[in-house]
Amino acid sequence: MATKKVKIRAKIKNGVAQIKALMPHPMETGTRRDATSGEVIPAHYIEEVTCSLNGEVILTGHWGPSVSKNPYFSFNVLDAKPGDTISITWVDNLGESSSGEAVLK
Amino acid sequence: MIPKNQRGTAVNGRRQFLRWMAAAMVVATLPARLWAARPNAAFEGENPDSVLKELFGDIGIQDSSQITLKVPDIAENGAVVPVTVATDLPGVEAIYILVDNNPTPLSAAFTLSPKIPSDVSTRIKMGGSSMVRAMVKTSDGVFTTGKEVKVTIGGCGG
Repeated sequence: MATKKVKIRAKIKNGVAQIKALMPHPMETGTRRDATSGEVIPAHYIEEVTCSLNGEVILTGHWGPSVSKNPYFSFNVLDAKPGDTISITWVDNLGESSSGEAVLK
Repeated sequence: MIPKNQRGTAVNGRRQFLRWMAAAMVVATLPARLWAARPNAAFEGENPDSVLKELFGDIGIQDSSQITLKVPDIAENGAVVPVTVATDLPGVEAIYILVDNNPTPLSAAFTLSPKIPSDVSTRIKMGGSSMVRAMVKTSDGVFTTGKEVKVTIGGCGG
């Protein structure tokens, strides 16, 4: 299945960069049943999210299936300057992955 | 046309290639994994006590008023419950979000570098009304605060 890019919004305010990310992903828990067939929908969720500033890892998130569908995630970065690059990559339990990048303004 | 007895090996070759690709992807994410491994056993824990034991062993967990846990008092939709955890405790290494009554209580774990102020937000699912807890691991120990959240429509529904 094709995966969609991570959408990132980044904004610097008083020397602190606020990063907001949206990751299109079904985040199936593995406990839901298909409404028509009654079959269990297999678990499919993001396990690991890695955030880097100019290539250096600054934050990792480990998630379970109880993070909402199409996860939203935000955090702040100190000492960020315009021109710095924020990149966010995720890997899910089926080995699929995607990433996104944003340059701070 | 591939002779019948060789068709299996062609499929095997492709499977092997896919397996190799999967392995390569795991290797590509290795630096992050070295930085902090996913606490898989804790994510599988089915009650809060076993999760906490997996995460922190027998370390005493202290209540702290220096952690701000922002969750709604009443969540109308359990599938999307916004959570913000912020703290001014020094030396923060990791932040955990737990929902006591979910089938697997551990929802998310964040490992932070010193460049990140301890302030993360995400959205989680809640199967029903529950205590939501934020745990913060610092160089001095483990601190927590919690809040009861009422859910009108569960988010793990089937």
